[in-house]
Amino acid sequence: MEKTVNQKAWFLVLPVLVLVAFSAIIPLMTVVNYSVQDSFGQNNFFWAGLVWFEDLLHSPRMWNALGRQVVFSSIILAIEVPLGIFIALNMPKKGLWATVCLVLMSLPLLIPWNVVGTIWQVFARVDIGLLGYTLDSLGVDYNYTQGFYAAWTTLIVMDVWHWTSLVALLAYAGLQSIPDAYYQAARIDQASRWKIFRYIELPKMSGVLTIAILLRFMDSFKIYTEPFVVTGGGPGNATTFLSIDLVKMALGQFDLGNAAAFSIIYFLVILAVSWVFYTVMTNLDKKDGV
Amino acid sequence: MAWMAWTVPTALFFVFITALLAIFTVLAVKYPETPRIGMLRIETTRGDRLFITLLGSAFINLAWLGLTNVTQWGAVVICLIYAFAVFRWV
Repeated sequence: MEKTVNQKAWFLVLPVLVLVAFSAIIPLMTVVNYSVQDSFGQNNFFWAGLVWFEDLLHSPRMWNALGRQVVFSSIILAIEVPLGIFIALNMPKKGLWATVCLVLMSLPLLIPWNVVGTIWQVFARVDIGLLGYTLDSLGVDYNYTQGFYAAWTTLIVMDVWHWTSLVALLAYAGLQSIPDAYYQAARIDQASRWKIFRYIELPKMSGVLTIAILLRFMDSFKIYTEPFVVTGGGPGNATTFLSIDLVKMALGQFDLGNAAAFSIIYFLVILAVSWVFYTVMTNLDKKDGV
Repeated sequence: MAWMAWTVPTALFFVFITALLAIFTVLAVKYPETPRIGMLRIETTRGDRLFITLLGSAFINLAWLGLTNVTQWGAVVICLIYAFAVFRWV
């Protein structure tokens, strides 16, 4: 049957477009305008061309922050995605315990970022924090305000604690949507546990996992509040991720032009990586016929 | 609008992007298309190819700026060649 083409439905998108224009497009345009000018305060701007971009591309400061950011996002994705899938596979499928698990898993997601930062900042302190004090008593050389590895470990464990539930809940939703018939067929074929996971569960979860990976990548790549509260970017610059560096530049030094150019490069990197993730995963889906 | 700190070159840049989006929207309505699979082995429509072109062009410009001292128009020429390649083969 021929489908009716009715483009009028697009008008229904208009309110969203207006909202997005105010919350994202207009601010982004302003950032582009700032990035090619210099400002000495009082809203006086002077044309600077592409100088800020050139400065940034030759500055080790931005490349180092970008490097730290990539390493951080890669580590947390490598931990949270498999761990989330593992938890989802082991959660009860129905009954009271399923509900209890779901509530417990959702708890970390409900806590605001700065509170998570504060919890871990206290928790990891050597003098009064349970974690820091215990590690110190066991003779582990742990001090996240001074040690590079301690600071990184604290931030990674904190992020895993905060966000693995998101991956687990999404994977769990994917698993719940698999009809029993698939498992019955697998049992008849005497498929091993690994084969059931590889050929039934994983393909059926791939849609929600795409969303989980995208969300976790974008969020971790933009992370600001938690490391700002826990380590403040230190020790030295050890945990100065892109957004921390950007805020230092924009609000600490008030270098609007420089910070605007930084924001645009930052935005382009996120856009490019997200697009690659999305494209690769949606195309894998199509190939698998899922 | 003063708070947005507009300049003529950035205004022209956004007019150009908006015009491109408008043209591609009109094209999509007037001449609907079926997605095709090109050399990247992914399904793309005209809109996807425009996105790949614009995003790639941004990185070409940044790379040119960071790696050479030659005028930025060189990057624009490469972007045009890149755009042609994307629309022809991707």
